[in-house]
Amino acid sequence: MFRLERGSPPVWWRALLPVLAVLITFLLVSLAIWAAGANPLDVFYEMLIKPLTKRTARFEILVQATPLLLTGIAVTYAFAAGYYNIGAEGQLYAGALMGALLGPKLGGLPPFFAITVMLLAGFLGGVLWALVPALLKVRLNVDEVVTTLLLNSVIIFFISALLNGVWRDPISGWPRSPSIAESAQFPGIIPRSRVHLGFLLAILAVISLWWILKKTRFGLELRAAGLGKEAARFMGVPVAKTMLTAALISGGIAGLAGVSEVAGVHYYLIDGISPGYGYTGIIVATFGGLQALGVTIAGLFLALVDTGALSASRSLGIPVYLGDIIQATLLIVTLAVLLLNRYRPVRSR
Amino acid sequence: MDFLFALLGATLRISTPILLAALGETLIERAGILNLGIEGTMVLSAFCGFVVAHLSGSLWLGLVAAILTGILLCSLMGLLSVTLNLNQHVAGLGITLLASGLALFSFRLVYGGSSTPPSLDHSFPQLAIFKGTVLEPLFSQYGITYVALLLVPLLGWLLQNTAFGLRLRSVGENPEAADIAGLNVYWVRYQALIVGGALMGLAGAFLSLAQLGAFTHGVVNGRGWVAIAIVIFGNWQPSKVLYGALLFGFLQALQLRLQAQGIPLPYEALLALPYIITIVILALAGRNASYPAALLKPYRREGA
Repeated sequence: MFRLERGSPPVWWRALLPVLAVLITFLLVSLAIWAAGANPLDVFYEMLIKPLTKRTARFEILVQATPLLLTGIAVTYAFAAGYYNIGAEGQLYAGALMGALLGPKLGGLPPFFAITVMLLAGFLGGVLWALVPALLKVRLNVDEVVTTLLLNSVIIFFISALLNGVWRDPISGWPRSPSIAESAQFPGIIPRSRVHLGFLLAILAVISLWWILKKTRFGLELRAAGLGKEAARFMGVPVAKTMLTAALISGGIAGLAGVSEVAGVHYYLIDGISPGYGYTGIIVATFGGLQALGVTIAGLFLALVDTGALSASRSLGIPVYLGDIIQATLLIVTLAVLLLNRYRPVRSR
Repeated sequence: MDFLFALLGATLRISTPILLAALGETLIERAGILNLGIEGTMVLSAFCGFVVAHLSGSLWLGLVAAILTGILLCSLMGLLSVTLNLNQHVAGLGITLLASGLALFSFRLVYGGSSTPPSLDHSFPQLAIFKGTVLEPLFSQYGITYVALLLVPLLGWLLQNTAFGLRLRSVGENPEAADIAGLNVYWVRYQALIVGGALMGLAGAFLSLAQLGAFTHGVVNGRGWVAIAIVIFGNWQPSKVLYGALLFGFLQALQLRLQAQGIPLPYEALLALPYIITIVILALAGRNASYPAALLKPYRREGA
């Protein structure tokens, strides 16, 4: 038999913990499914296996994974630096807003330039929205959790004011921004699917996350600041500058998630363009263990849960919010299971 | 004059759920815990209150169910953040996501996807005091509103003048010292969460059982986040939290009036104002903000 002893766990133990978290999550969620009068195994099959067997559904998962990967990476940069950015949702909207403002004006440009402008604008929007809380944190030591959280609501009100004001369609009365120019639309990257350039962008972002965290001095300093500010400062890490940079990169990538939804999926900005992707990004980052490979798996897995919840609600009549319950339970269970990281299994005789 | 009193009456009504939730959050934060579960706690409380009242026909049973839901969810927050010492903001956010998801899931299970949302035959009535006087429109409020207003001095007194308040403040300011002085830090924090959770549950009940008489997806609509802002605005003191809640209620009531009169104004600006003021206050107070010193810091006993 095994028993647990305090200490540094072996690698296989660390790899086992996410699997354990998923198992516990599905056991807990089974209760909700029973309450809905369905067989949990049927539901899980419909949600998690069936989408993988169909071509359309497989690609839909990638479309859904695009914003989740980007916000997950955004949150990872911040959390790994010990900066608790709860504002990816607002930064996503800031990026989407920039895209919606510039997009309709890029008609004369060749697509390559138009799309580059869109990406830069989205990144910049996210950076700007992340700037105030980040400066308040490093200059005045104002807690970032509350400021980033509150700014989410502020930008959503601002966009709502635009949608119900200058952007409201005078004829149909429909609250949406003008359509972006065709040259600014992200091209599809897989024929006969909705997968767009944004997914490629997410993959590039994952690779650069891995490279920056593991291979650069900045990444080392970032992780040192995240492990302990005092110790990092003692080792000569410029903690304030590192945190500020991490917070702004985080905002920028969340902004890319926003512009990618505008330019890759909708081609205009509407209310509720994100059903909480910024918050789901926190689940992706936490479940992914704040590192590139984990975040990739987590983003794809949560996208599968989202897509599967939709198809299970259609075919089995299970409320679609089952997906939200699974994701939230997974977050809480993961946090708890990570406690086991402080222990290692020892064979007892 | 009538216009003014009607506006102030609406202010009190709109302030009520924010005030209750912010008072609950104040107690919890004074004990050292930032509870981001507040938004979801209000949603699920509003739902449980509604569904119990709707199925049993008793508003009072609904009220009890909502309060118990608040206590239960805040106890879960205690399990995660006090007993297991997990990261408070992520745990709280997890509770908000879970509770909102559960509420919407269960609502769909019980009522299906019907296009006409169910509503209560009768919700809590408004109680008019100063009947027949010019003050009537101001003081025709739901009972819960009067309770909320009475809670402000009561909680202020509780925090400042009682042993319970002293214990609560000491585990939020310096848990190590409190522990050495013989306090059970964990238990005191749970007590704060239980009382705070009851208030958040009451806030949810006000929305679904009094103000709306129904449950909808957007029933809470960010009021929990406003409450978090108002606790800071109110400097973690019940009396000043009241001012914050009233200011928010006033801006909201004004916005509704202006909109009803067709005055073209970006009313979202008024809605966003409390958030922006809070951030400005935080920036101005900067290092001097009187946060409970141990806020966001998990406490683990030596050797535990």
